[in-house]
Amino acid sequence: MRSWGAIIKRIATVLPVVFGVLCLTFALLHMVPGDPVDVMLGESASPADRFALKAQLGLDQPVLAQFGHYLLNLLHGDFGVSIHTQTPITQLLVQAYPATLILAVTALSIGLLVGIPLGIWSALKAGHWQDVMVTLVSIRLAAMPAFWLGPVLMLVFAVWLGWLPVSGMDNAASILLPALTLGLGLSAILTRMTRTSLLEVLNEDYIRTARAKGLSERRVLLKHALRAALLPMVTIVGLQMGSLLAGAVITETIFSWNGIGRLLVDSIEKRDYPVTQACVLVVALSYVLINQATDIAYRWLDPRTRNAR
Amino acid sequence: MKTFSLLTLAFWLLAVLVAHYAGQAPNHIDLDAILQWPSARHWLGTDDLGRDILARVIHGVEVSFLVTVVVTAVTMLIGISIGVFAGYHGGRLDQVLMQITSIFLAFPGILLAIAFAAVLGAGINNLILALCLTGWVTYARLSRGQTLVLRERLHVLAAESLGASAWRVMLRHILPLLISILLVEAAYSMASVMIAEASLSFLGLGIQAPEASWGAMLRDAVRFMLVAPHYVLAVGLCMMSLILAINLGGDVLRDKLDVRSEMQL
Repeated sequence: MRSWGAIIKRIATVLPVVFGVLCLTFALLHMVPGDPVDVMLGESASPADRFALKAQLGLDQPVLAQFGHYLLNLLHGDFGVSIHTQTPITQLLVQAYPATLILAVTALSIGLLVGIPLGIWSALKAGHWQDVMVTLVSIRLAAMPAFWLGPVLMLVFAVWLGWLPVSGMDNAASILLPALTLGLGLSAILTRMTRTSLLEVLNEDYIRTARAKGLSERRVLLKHALRAALLPMVTIVGLQMGSLLAGAVITETIFSWNGIGRLLVDSIEKRDYPVTQACVLVVALSYVLINQATDIAYRWLDPRTRNAR
Repeated sequence: MKTFSLLTLAFWLLAVLVAHYAGQAPNHIDLDAILQWPSARHWLGTDDLGRDILARVIHGVEVSFLVTVVVTAVTMLIGISIGVFAGYHGGRLDQVLMQITSIFLAFPGILLAIAFAAVLGAGINNLILALCLTGWVTYARLSRGQTLVLRERLHVLAAESLGASAWRVMLRHILPLLISILLVEAAYSMASVMIAEASLSFLGLGIQAPEASWGAMLRDAVRFMLVAPHYVLAVGLCMMSLILAINLGGDVLRDKLDVRSEMQL
């Protein structure tokens, strides 16, 4: 019962943040230097076109009225219309969002499946050459931004080896390269975190007790150490989802993956600011939601915080 | 590790200085020598306009260093001022400022910088502005948290009871104690500013042609990957070496200044 109250309290603290995010995305259009209509249509546009766009964006109204309309429309799921194609933005988002979600989830799975076992192995071999190797590789991987790792993977697996498609989303294997680009960097971080966390736990008194009880090393590890060591990972994975979403912007551009990131970059190139606004808003809101969800999950999973305060 | 980091940093700094004074020509176009493989004349080969990749990479480092140093200095100054002020004074002001930082932190990674750069328009000044607008938040959070703890220390209480003004307490008794943590944070965040600059330039939002920048070079290199794979490899390896060196430099600094960090990479 008490945890429900905590969850409701959490949601109440998030609302101001969500409102702030809405204000900031709304302000984006007003940060365009000069007249946004000029920037979007170019200088050769006719006065009639400019007038029409101004009315369509509501820029001829007072700022507060504009903001009110913006919020009201958003509540109805209406993000406005793309200036470039005149398609409703909601429709564009509905098409692009699942693609980004699939990419992020695949990348996360790769990160977890590679990172956690490697981290455990590295911690168990701490100080040996295996640990040193894993550490060296993961530090290097973490220093590789997506726009460099992506092309390298493309060069090796698609161009030289020819195993995987270069880009696009025509068949199921297309997801592998972009997901690896995002997932490998994540796995490097998770490896380091798992290693540190497990090494810390292995020094705890209760592990010594478990060993002294005569439990097998396997049981000590699986039943006692890993449970405690992997718990902080829930929070880290939640935070990393954010960098996955942001990294997706670049990865999707490299691999022509038609997700939110590609939509965002396309809209920036075409100066289709309403679409830019909508993409930024959707990604930020997803991130806030994911963070809240991981926070609640952590409270629920960790008995120590369940009844705290 | 330590020597590697220092050597790499020294190497790039030296390269920038030498290139600056030797008058390398990063923008010299030679259409008879496009996309050439590395040779004695062009150590890292040439790009799609026959420009020397090494000269452009070094020029890119120069631009990258400039952006990183300016952004780090400005964001540190703004972030620390806000953080220490909010942490020391507390109350309503603190709540409002922290609410603002949570809003900024609700945007993952460089998304907000991309958004700012997109509406402000391309170019190095707007790039710096966009990175500054988003970068101060971490410093503000960190210094506010530290100030909250330091505010209760005995030496601060002593200074206050001796009648020291709020400014004096903040500048002389709190700031010196949190500077080492902030320096370590700055060392790590320099690497991420560098990556952010390259990311924005990669997306065409940062430094504009013909000016050389790593992000923009990588963007071109990817286009010519099939015919000239050395281009993308050369630029990427150079960038990776520098980012790695800065990160390791951060580790060295952290150990030197004895800052306890919770599971930082």
